[in-house]
Amino acid sequence: MSKAIIKFSETLHTKEVEVDPQSNTIILGDRNLTVEQSSLEAPISGTVYGALLNYSGELKALGSSLTKEPYKQPPKAPVLYIKPVNTITGFKSSIPLPEDTSHLQVGASLGIVIGKDATRVTEEKALNHVLGYTIVNDVSIPHESFYRPAIKQKARDNFCPVGPWIIERDAIVDPNNLTITVFVNDELKQKNTTANLIRPVSRLISEISEFMTLYEGDVLLIGVPENPPFVKKGDRVRIEIDGIGYLENTVE
Amino acid sequence: MKHARVVFQDVVHHAIETDDGHLKLDNGQIVSEEEVVWLPPVQPRTVFALGLNYADHAKELAFQAPTEPLVFLKGPNTFIGHRGQTYRPDEATNMHYECELAVVIGRSGTNIKREDAYDYVAGYTVANDYAIRDYLENYYRPNLKVKNRDTCTPIGPWLVDVQDIEDPMNLTLRTYVNGKVTQEGTTKDMIFNIPQLIEYLSSFMTLNKNDIILTGTPEGLADTKEGDEVITEIEGVGRLVNTIISEKHFLRTKSDNAIFSQ
Repeated sequence: MSKAIIKFSETLHTKEVEVDPQSNTIILGDRNLTVEQSSLEAPISGTVYGALLNYSGELKALGSSLTKEPYKQPPKAPVLYIKPVNTITGFKSSIPLPEDTSHLQVGASLGIVIGKDATRVTEEKALNHVLGYTIVNDVSIPHESFYRPAIKQKARDNFCPVGPWIIERDAIVDPNNLTITVFVNDELKQKNTTANLIRPVSRLISEISEFMTLYEGDVLLIGVPENPPFVKKGDRVRIEIDGIGYLENTVE
Repeated sequence: MKHARVVFQDVVHHAIETDDGHLKLDNGQIVSEEEVVWLPPVQPRTVFALGLNYADHAKELAFQAPTEPLVFLKGPNTFIGHRGQTYRPDEATNMHYECELAVVIGRSGTNIKREDAYDYVAGYTVANDYAIRDYLENYYRPNLKVKNRDTCTPIGPWLVDVQDIEDPMNLTLRTYVNGKVTQEGTTKDMIFNIPQLIEYLSSFMTLNKNDIILTGTPEGLADTKEGDEVITEIEGVGRLVNTIISEKHFLRTKSDNAIFSQ
């Protein structure tokens, strides 16, 4: 049992509840409600930032291309992008397949929800600025080049499902040792762990907060593992993260 | 009409400009521009910025003019208002201003045709989209460490209603550093004009009320130093004043500024 923050549809405010991440169940008094039975919106309201190339396997797969044109050298600072507000959507909502593509790329990420404004925080104190964790599907239209911001590939409406809830920080013993799995139509398609992060959670927060403030409510995606699954129309995508639960959406 | 958001005696007010250049607050009080703290004239939601959208500027940076708009996004942390202070990192060797016409969206829309684009515009303001080129890397370039730093995007002073600007595609832009003109251009020279940008962005995503498009900057960039007063001005839209401060100064005043930064 963990404390979590959820946002029921058609309500103004978020609500603090007890949940069981194992079974994706919400405990409301003496009543248990599965997330399937609920109508949930994304439990977040701030700006969503993502970090690219933060898994060692991903960097390794790109290999020597990072020293060639147009990149010339491997990245030094965290590579960041923004998922704007039109992309944010909740558990179970559909991901629209745009007409100009036949496939979408699943971006399974741990989302760190900021609880207290973070400017120039040290690695040691970074977790004090975290409210909790959620699951994010950073959907993209497949693209090979990271040279220019991928707005057209990443900023489509409903390209960022978030949920089902925010699990309180202290329910997660070590955010840098969580298994992330992706199932498409119940078939296992991807498995990785946040132990493979190049910049673990605290370090990522600290390095970003050196030049930009992360505000209360903002969400930081820690990265997407290598070999992201592709999905097509009608596919049901489920992202599971240890101790948090699962996020499920369908491509339509 | 010209609209502003300001803080006067610890309260946030909507204000309009009076005929003699004062501010009339929403409670009827008349105050001078020095008596208030200026906030960005709208609370930014999604903010788009254009890279290399003036042919001369693209050339200045040794780039071919793009065939598709080069768009990047900015977060709320980077915006400050008129008469604000922007900090220069101690280690920076090249920090330049960029005077830009900012287009504020008035209502949401998707697949907006260019001939209807101005129906979706609430108005215009001035932005100074500072870049610290020391941090340029070739990943999602221009990267956030260059373009989305705290205090690095002054915007304002006013939101000028769309109907008050007869032809936004024919406005002179100027930047003054310590009183001297260092950048001058015209919005005529944009590669992708306002209707084209609105059509382009809304072709793949929904634009919402209070989204802002920073439409790019002409040539004439120069390094700025601590203590410089940088004024970015656009004909009929406004004159945005900003001062460069040191990193140490910023860290000392950070707690005060934070309240007004979004």
